[in-house]
Amino acid sequence: MSTFNYTILTILGCGLVTWLSRVLPFVLLKKFSLSETVLEYLNFVPIVIMSALWFSSLFTQHLGHLPTINWPNLIASGPTLLSAILSKNLLVIVIVGVVSLGLIRLIIGA
Amino acid sequence: MNDNLTRRAGWHDALPIGFSYFGISLALGIVGRAAGINPWLMLLMSALIFAGSAQFVLISMLLTQDQIIAIVAATFLINARLILLGITLALHFKQTSLLKSILLASLLTDESFALAINKINFTKGRLTFSWFHGAALLPYFVCLAATFLGAQLGGLLTNPERFGVDFAVVAMFIGLTYLQFESDRQLPKKLQLILIASSFVMIYFGMMVIPGRLLILVVTLCGCALGVILKHVYF
Repeated sequence: MSTFNYTILTILGCGLVTWLSRVLPFVLLKKFSLSETVLEYLNFVPIVIMSALWFSSLFTQHLGHLPTINWPNLIASGPTLLSAILSKNLLVIVIVGVVSLGLIRLIIGA
Repeated sequence: MNDNLTRRAGWHDALPIGFSYFGISLALGIVGRAAGINPWLMLLMSALIFAGSAQFVLISMLLTQDQIIAIVAATFLINARLILLGITLALHFKQTSLLKSILLASLLTDESFALAINKINFTKGRLTFSWFHGAALLPYFVCLAATFLGAQLGGLLTNPERFGVDFAVVAMFIGLTYLQFESDRQLPKKLQLILIASSFVMIYFGMMVIPGRLLILVVTLCGCALGVILKHVYF
């Protein structure tokens, strides 16, 4: 198989499974409803997944060993969190975050 | 953010996502080009998959010429958390028609999900198709344009990370975690803090055994179960 065909087939396959993951819950929940316990369980999804996505960026993974701290990301999280508390504005938070990490990388010369 | 649920408000609310996607997608395009993938194929990839982290993994696996089925399976696992997000979000779109539901679900990402869940705190639980579609389309177009631009720029800009753009998405999660914590009126604050702390501990130790994005899914599943148990026992 040519590289072009290989790449295009892989993209199509990956696109299909991702699309199904996105769409199936919406389609199936039109037909079925969920129990109280499941609904209660789902209430916790936002806070847990958002904090998990944040925390996973604070470490560098080494399978089989404890992760090491990603210092630039950890330090940049400080001003970013502060800007979240002070501004409550997502655009401000994102800009403060990017500028903080940019400055940190500039200073440590990485 | 306010309780306005028009398409226009959606575009406006999604500006921070658009901003952060621009940097990430630009980097994605550059990395893809460096891996020898044609800019048009990079555009197709972003159009069909539209999930940053999965696409970075996909590019690295394409580079090592892995079996197609292995790459597709990896992509599915990385993106399986979308199923959980979809179930949570679909509850707020019970009245939306099937076609519209499919249209809006097709553009679901971690970020648009988080934005929508945050929006609910301002609208007493209501969400509309127009608002979500507006809020999801803007980042989608930004992602497509920036991927293509990045792929074209290719060799010109070698190290986009130098400017801190990769932190845009992390900054968004910090912001969204805080805003969710601040505005959620259903869950007790103390319980939320305990869950945030437990998610930290699970991520730290989980990194020893479970690779990256799959760990997010496992931590979310365990964290939510812990939440239900704690709520019943202590709150």
